[in-house]
Amino acid sequence: MSQALEAPAEASSPKVSSDSLNLEADVLVLGGGPAGTWAAWSAAAQGAKVVLVDKGYCGTSGATAPSGVGVWYVPPDPELREEARASRETMGGHLADRVWMDRVLDKTYENVGKLADWGYPFPTDDDGQPARRSLQGPEYMRLMRKKVRAAGVRILDHSPALELLADADGVAGAAGVSRQTGQRWVVKAQAVVIATGGCAFLSKALGCNVLTGDGNLLAAEVGAELSGMEFSNAYGLAPAFASVTKSAFYRWATFYYEDGSVIEGAGSARGRSVIARTLLTQPVYAILDQAPEAIRASLRASQPNFFLPFDRVGIDPLTQRFPVTLRLEGTVRGTGGIRIANEECGTSVPGLYAAGDAATRELICGGFTGGGSHNAAWAISSGTWAGQGAAAHARKLGSSARKRDPLGTGRATLRPTTSESASSLLDADAIVRGVQSEVFPYDRNLFRTEAGLSDSLVRLDSLWRAVQVRPAQFARTVVRSREAAAMVATARFMYKTAQYRPETRGMHKRQDFPALDPAQQRRLVTSGLDEIHVRPEGAELDAKERPTAAPANRSVSQALEGTASAAE
Amino acid sequence: MIELVSDSRCIRCDLCVKACPTNVFDAVPDGAPVIARQEDCQTCFMCELYCPTDALFVAPEADQSVPVHEQALAEGGLLGSYRAAIGWGEGRSPGARNDQSFRLLPLSAKKSPALKPTSS
Repeated sequence: MSQALEAPAEASSPKVSSDSLNLEADVLVLGGGPAGTWAAWSAAAQGAKVVLVDKGYCGTSGATAPSGVGVWYVPPDPELREEARASRETMGGHLADRVWMDRVLDKTYENVGKLADWGYPFPTDDDGQPARRSLQGPEYMRLMRKKVRAAGVRILDHSPALELLADADGVAGAAGVSRQTGQRWVVKAQAVVIATGGCAFLSKALGCNVLTGDGNLLAAEVGAELSGMEFSNAYGLAPAFASVTKSAFYRWATFYYEDGSVIEGAGSARGRSVIARTLLTQPVYAILDQAPEAIRASLRASQPNFFLPFDRVGIDPLTQRFPVTLRLEGTVRGTGGIRIANEECGTSVPGLYAAGDAATRELICGGFTGGGSHNAAWAISSGTWAGQGAAAHARKLGSSARKRDPLGTGRATLRPTTSESASSLLDADAIVRGVQSEVFPYDRNLFRTEAGLSDSLVRLDSLWRAVQVRPAQFARTVVRSREAAAMVATARFMYKTAQYRPETRGMHKRQDFPALDPAQQRRLVTSGLDEIHVRPEGAELDAKERPTAAPANRSVSQALEGTASAAE
Repeated sequence: MIELVSDSRCIRCDLCVKACPTNVFDAVPDGAPVIARQEDCQTCFMCELYCPTDALFVAPEADQSVPVHEQALAEGGLLGSYRAAIGWGEGRSPGARNDQSFRLLPLSAKKSPALKPTSS
């Protein structure tokens, strides 16, 4: 096994082949987590021919499957609904929208009911009523895969999308590669739903290593806008040695220094900054010693995976201390993502829809985390709307996608447009390490300053130039290179936007502007790639700053060829 | 990270090769799958859930490989322990049916006061 770590990854990854799997669909869904499966199911329910591609395996892929989520499931009782709407409004910096909250609460209530009808084994509460505010990930996503297949959706597993296709009428499909065979795939479609999740920068937060911001890059390359990218610095609590970033139970934790004294002010909710500050200089330990005796058995029954790492190293987290860390969850629990332009979860580009964590969740939680319940409700709702919207768009276009002749829009690592030296191949792992060293540190990303942001952006801009080179044409290398480019793009969106918000609001904390500024109570919209532009929502950019799609002037087949000989 | 594919338990179904979301395994003709890209493992434990014979073991250490011994894991009841906890496999009932989150995360802070920590 240690040999596997030392051997070049290319040695165990197939070459990208010259042939391709060519398919046509009305709706193509990128991503097979909760949002993608709801999108695929709802598009198919409208009669659309649907293809769903997933980077990994639809059913295990993404942040939900290995975890489990609370759901923002609130019965239509006026008092309960009012409390639900108000719960994150202040923490979110008053950037959410009550009309969208109501839509999401209604749609989530309806669709969680569907899950019950489909056989999800909901428990019964102490009053004998079905308890529907929690979903265990493996069960939920296994069921969603089954329903999507039964609806006639064709699923391509291990088939990451590398670029969108577009023509004069807008987005018209996507192309990618199978990681397991090296065969390329091209799906022409009348509409595309991006449901590729957020960006956690390969931090190994639970289930998050497939979430590398791919959707942000795909969307920006066709000129779509992003929103809320300053709200991108969520960190999840986990045992220091493990991946299990399930933070809910830490509400019952006491946090300790090495010497056993209590860290005053440290907590899992508002005290997370104290933990981060302490971790900058020394280890932090936790014990869940405040959990009332009466609920201790319920903890294990509710989140078996929370206890898994502890059981396997022989620690009882309720009585024994263990070191903790904060792993970056970026825009997975942060709320930034592709900007939603209409009620169908369409973007500013015709034929392109966004759902789940790939889209901004500011509409329902502003600048405060969407983690725990809101993201789950948003995935269910936005997925459903995006699937329906995409199906309606396909119907409106009428004829078949087969008649379209779209071109690839991918640039970084696929069709570099700058004249960087092509004498060396892209080193994706070096790029990834470079991005991580700008976004992981708490004193850069969690505690932000103008000096820190501009300092990081100098290096991130340099990394962006460095991904304007093609990698060796092995499946893993091509995919990892594109992920690296997406992470660089996402980090630049984050920090450029953070510079445009000189205040502290939601999770965006500026050390040099520690107060909330009422004049900045508006969302920030981000666009562009080589040049990044930020504007307050409602204000227009100058004409010369408006994003435009990259000229799609080369055929799809060219994106993945050309440097193969250099790799031999 | 994934540390073990038990050759004696494996039935060559290759379900782990399919189900791993980060494509860590490679199928081998007439043999048990191999851990081909251990550095890509994200320690999500999903492969264990999809293995019908509990032939896989994911160590909880996410950032470093640790040595494991199949016999010790088996004797410690750790092979398949997560699949049992989730309630997957023949003769088991889904653990989701016993999810008691409703006792931990009250619907309304007003109507049912939050479960206060004992010492605050």
